[in-house]
Amino acid sequence: MSEYILEMQSINKVFPGVKALDNVNLKVKEGEIHALVGENGAGKSTLMKVLSGVYPHGTYTGDILFKGEVCKFKDIKQSENLGIVIIHQELALIPYLSIAENIFLGNEHGKNGIIDWNTTITHTASLLKKVGLREAPNTLITNIGVGKQQLVEIAKALSKKVKLLILDEPTSALNEEDSDNLLNLLLEFKKEGIASILISHKLNEVSKVADSITVLRDGKTIETLDMKKDQITEDRIIKGMVGRELVNRFPKREPNIGDVTFEVKDWNVYHHLHKDRKIIDNINLNIKKGEIVGIAGLMGSGRTELAMSIFGKSYGAKISGRLYKDGKEIHLNTVDKAIKHGLAYVTEDRKNYGLILIDNIKRNITLANLDKVSDNLVVNENQEVLDAEEYRKKMNIKASGILQKTVNLSGGNQQKVVLSKWVYSEPDILILDEPTRGIDVGAKYEIYTIINQLAAEGKSILFISSELPEILGMCDRIYVMSEGKITGELSREEATQEKIMKYVINLQRGVE
Amino acid sequence: MNTLRTLFKNNIRQYGMIIALASIMILFQILTDGILLKPLNITNLIQQNSYILILAIGMLMVIITGNIDLSVGSVAAFVGAFSALLMVKMEVPFGIALVASLLIGAIVGAWHGFWIAYLKIPAFIVTLAGMLIFRGLTNAVLKGQSLGPFPEVFRGISTGFIPDYFGGGQIHVLSLVIGIIFSLFYVISELRDRKAKLKHNFEVIPKGFLIAKIVAIISIINLFTYVLATYKGIPNILVLLSLLVAIYTFITDKTVIGRHIYALGGNEKAAKLSGIKTQRVMFMVYVNMGILAALSGLVFAARLNSGTPQAGINFELDAIAAAYIGGASATGGVGTVIGAIIGGLVMGVMNNGMSLIGVGIQWQSVIKGLVLLIAVGFDVYTKSKSAS
Repeated sequence: MSEYILEMQSINKVFPGVKALDNVNLKVKEGEIHALVGENGAGKSTLMKVLSGVYPHGTYTGDILFKGEVCKFKDIKQSENLGIVIIHQELALIPYLSIAENIFLGNEHGKNGIIDWNTTITHTASLLKKVGLREAPNTLITNIGVGKQQLVEIAKALSKKVKLLILDEPTSALNEEDSDNLLNLLLEFKKEGIASILISHKLNEVSKVADSITVLRDGKTIETLDMKKDQITEDRIIKGMVGRELVNRFPKREPNIGDVTFEVKDWNVYHHLHKDRKIIDNINLNIKKGEIVGIAGLMGSGRTELAMSIFGKSYGAKISGRLYKDGKEIHLNTVDKAIKHGLAYVTEDRKNYGLILIDNIKRNITLANLDKVSDNLVVNENQEVLDAEEYRKKMNIKASGILQKTVNLSGGNQQKVVLSKWVYSEPDILILDEPTRGIDVGAKYEIYTIINQLAAEGKSILFISSELPEILGMCDRIYVMSEGKITGELSREEATQEKIMKYVINLQRGVE
Repeated sequence: MNTLRTLFKNNIRQYGMIIALASIMILFQILTDGILLKPLNITNLIQQNSYILILAIGMLMVIITGNIDLSVGSVAAFVGAFSALLMVKMEVPFGIALVASLLIGAIVGAWHGFWIAYLKIPAFIVTLAGMLIFRGLTNAVLKGQSLGPFPEVFRGISTGFIPDYFGGGQIHVLSLVIGIIFSLFYVISELRDRKAKLKHNFEVIPKGFLIAKIVAIISIINLFTYVLATYKGIPNILVLLSLLVAIYTFITDKTVIGRHIYALGGNEKAAKLSGIKTQRVMFMVYVNMGILAALSGLVFAARLNSGTPQAGINFELDAIAAAYIGGASATGGVGTVIGAIIGGLVMGVMNNGMSLIGVGIQWQSVIKGLVLLIAVGFDVYTKSKSAS
């Protein structure tokens, strides 16, 4: 028997247009905690989905060896039977069922479809004791906090006789105390011989518990670091995560920056449901005419919430603070008002928030500014066709025509339609939220070119992105956000990936 | 040829519905030995189905937003009862009673709209409650009994015909004249549209095809008015219906508010982030539904010549079926007024035809149910095919 519980060898996984995993190798030793780190989109989640059978055997190439035996999982059930259990970032618990019911969902104690409640409850109680959760097995999931829900997930994994536990960003929604509990639990499991794979952005946690670290970048394995042998610092890990070269991935631009056009002062926003949870914490920022200002930070750092709360209070509760345009204070209580004041917001989620997918390109482009093609509230359809056609050419939207439904377009072309819609609304300030997410490299370049053009026309652009190279390549100035705060501001000259990452991570460590 | 093919492909649902309606009419024309299309029966068909068609127009807009309104039958009954109370018991003048009744409809619609749009209570539940509430109120207003008869002028809405100023004896000349005016109007609008499109260098259908289309539509219009003229002429209710269809087609097709309704149904979140006041649009759609339900209730009461507690039962189901048969999508964002009208006519012609050949009422229901299922099934099938 080999010393490795899991070996993934030369894994390749291709999605239409994208190579998500490129010859990835991952080896996890018996009974160790193995951290998997990398930027958003580096391929961590995809790799875990290959491992757990979400992507069945045959949809990828390469071999998976579990305890030295080759595995060909067709679905999650098969991997779970061997003791490989994955806990996803978004918890898969059913809110209106009890803890006990959730733990044994799909795996119920009983005979002939009749549940044996007594065994279920006692078994649940012993599992809960193991993970240190003091709640009655009958408690409904909806009545316990996220941290405890996470523990229920782990108890559920234990009930499946787990040998290898995979946790995808388990602490991203937890406070410090809950996070510590969870990490200690992993160390407990280690003593009992359960190996874990920990996917995390929080490098302080990783360095605290991991025995070894595998770094992924752009779908490739960069390196595997042994925490015991070498003295591995967080800086060393960051370097592995971001160290890539930038060569002409961004079109050239001569910035022509004017006066401040838009200012946000003392901006505070609370969670739309949990009204005592602060999501945006006292943010101040400004944008100048013709400037591209980046907001860097991890997913969940509050960037989208910031943008949407500014854009007509589309997100959040108890919003306070002031907004200024060209020096005058403005009040944007509805999206409609925000548009009238010259704001535009290109969403990160174009399918759910950006497009009417069942409508054609033309109707989507004119939607936010129908007044432009209407006389007395009657749409001039001929003019609309002309305008839509103009934008299709200008933005180089590849489609059979402007009457093609947007649902049938590729991601890049869908994004161009959303951009067209907002350029058509004739804004002065454009907020772009992850404008290149899920788009292939060629289309990305086209979108960068459009953004540069808009800046050259004198528009002010707020550019939100999780991809550091993109932020560095495009922006004149960069704000770094972490946990709802702006933790740093860097000019184009002083900004490097390492510096940004430090601002992102420093705060999470609690050292400012 | 290519343009024709794409034209057909893009409108397969629309053409399919017209073809289906035509085939059903031909089928029953044969089965009933020509009774179906007799002038008297056509007039009956129009009068019998008018109140459902009025509801179907409002229901279509509700369905475009992705919602439903189960209350319209009860609301129609309630407004019918209310109008009977005003006109029969209190002898309020016709005009005032009419306006008051439509206003009541608007208020009922606003009541539903308030719960649905602003308090985010599911429309199914709000209007199910409305169905019970207004059925009960109908009974309360009428004290369980029918209330009639109405003044002659009110009954005329449903049962009257346009007057004939030409006094042509056997044939109703004004009806023929209206048919001709209508045809001229249609030709002019088609030509104008074509001219505007050519000016912008847009693609237009070939000239020959256009002429064929114009000839076909003119013949249908004039044949229709001629058949009506040989009986008593154009029924008043047909004038009202045509007006409603014209107005609502214009609203849904050509206006900003129409766009907003489709956008709301297609993707509410995206519509909201595009600056559309989604709550207000949803609210207005229900107010509109309330007014049309009131109008439908008035037309039905006028036809029966009384307000009755049993009025409007199952109207909502017929209106919903009409919209779906006419190509509206249950998930919202898709549907046309003309489609809903054709859907309503498909149901109406089948009802009428089956009654004429003596199909038992129980089998009529079974057949109508199957038609609904097949129509929507066909829709889903063609969509899934075109998507792949």
